[in-house]
Amino acid sequence: MGLTGLFLISFLVVHVTLNSFIFFNDGGASFNAGADFMAHNPVVRILEIGLFAGLLLHIFQALLLTLENRKARPTPYQVVNGGANSSWYSRSMGILGSLLLLFLVVHLGNFWVPTKIAVFSHAEHDTFAGMKEVFAQWYFVAIYLVGVISLLYHLLHGFQSAFQSLGLNHKKYTPLIKKTGIWFSIIVCALFAAMPVTMFLGIIK
Amino acid sequence: MSHGNMNLTLKVWKQKNKDTKGRFETYDAKGISPDMSFLEMFDVVNEQLISSGKEPIAFDHDCREGICGMCSMYINGRPHGPKGGITTCQLHMRSFKNGDTIVVEPWRSAAFPVIKDLAVDRSSFDRIMSAGGFVSVNTGNAKDANNILIPKDDADTAFDAAACIGCGACVAACKNSSAMLFVSAKVSQLSLLPQGKIEKQDRVLNMVKQMDEEGFGNCTNTGACEAECPKSISLENIARMNREYLGASFTQNKV
Repeated sequence: MGLTGLFLISFLVVHVTLNSFIFFNDGGASFNAGADFMAHNPVVRILEIGLFAGLLLHIFQALLLTLENRKARPTPYQVVNGGANSSWYSRSMGILGSLLLLFLVVHLGNFWVPTKIAVFSHAEHDTFAGMKEVFAQWYFVAIYLVGVISLLYHLLHGFQSAFQSLGLNHKKYTPLIKKTGIWFSIIVCALFAAMPVTMFLGIIK
Repeated sequence: MSHGNMNLTLKVWKQKNKDTKGRFETYDAKGISPDMSFLEMFDVVNEQLISSGKEPIAFDHDCREGICGMCSMYINGRPHGPKGGITTCQLHMRSFKNGDTIVVEPWRSAAFPVIKDLAVDRSSFDRIMSAGGFVSVNTGNAKDANNILIPKDDADTAFDAAACIGCGACVAACKNSSAMLFVSAKVSQLSLLPQGKIEKQDRVLNMVKQMDEEGFGNCTNTGACEAECPKSISLENIARMNREYLGASFTQNKV
């Protein structure tokens, strides 16, 4: 869970960096150059298969753990005061992850599928124009914001939790890992959230 | 009945044995002194039940000074009640208000079957200990205490882990009913010291294997166990166990 989680986090770094090219506000020239490189580079193509495998493995592990955990408590408590001993999002990783998965279906439908169709039919594809089209609709902006908020809380627990699961705990470095996790989650999610919002408001042209 | 005594309503889990279905029953606890412990309050209620010819509520208790770990009560949604770092016997009735309704449940875990009412069978913990929670030694004369030098920090960390009383509050608090805090405390208290280091690979592999066989859930690092532990055992122990387990899985010289 931790290993696949960290692997998916490494993908987020690439994704958010490349997408942030839209903030150059150059009509999508640098962003489309980046998107074109990602769509045609053979190394990236192989990594893409690895990414899907990692995502599926992460989901599979989560399902397996959830089933085992359910079985470990056949009779539930009548009263549970979970807020007294843990954060709500650390207890809701399954729900947050499911929301993320639903978001991903919409997200892949919006961008990944059209790009793939273009690549396989050797057609020109303007990803930036596609982005502007999607984010002109308020409901897509709303769905993306829900997705980003789910990601924020999923990361707030997941980032530091991954290190704990791998046994990487140290008096000196654990506080640093925890702080990095919080800042990483906030910065990545703020950048992702800014994309649909700025496009919807017409700040990015 | 002296001034300031409280009247409370108790909703308590009643279950004949592990094979029958349980249910909640409501009891009145009248004239309870705020200075009583939670268990003494149960004693008063049970005295009243016995004198009126009814069956008393079964609950585990032993030392009544916070060191035996028997008093397994899940009170208003938290193991050992609303205060941190204590057992049920150390919980005073002044932590509640006159007229409160208190819901008391047993530890809920497949690995802790209910014996009767609030008493659960925690022998799964014993079986985990028998799987590796010990140091093999040749018997003979006691060695000189300073034969093996141990750094003070190591001794302190091992002692903090050894403070675990095996009460099972970690399992009860965990949303996955995972026993990772208990097992990791036991693994740590031994592997941190030179006498226990020698067998640390076999120990961690065998104890984790037994833990899984007992049907405990998995750790998702919510930290509820650490927050509810009456001895404040640290999550660092879980990380240490994960580290030792991964290391032992890769490097152990057995097939």
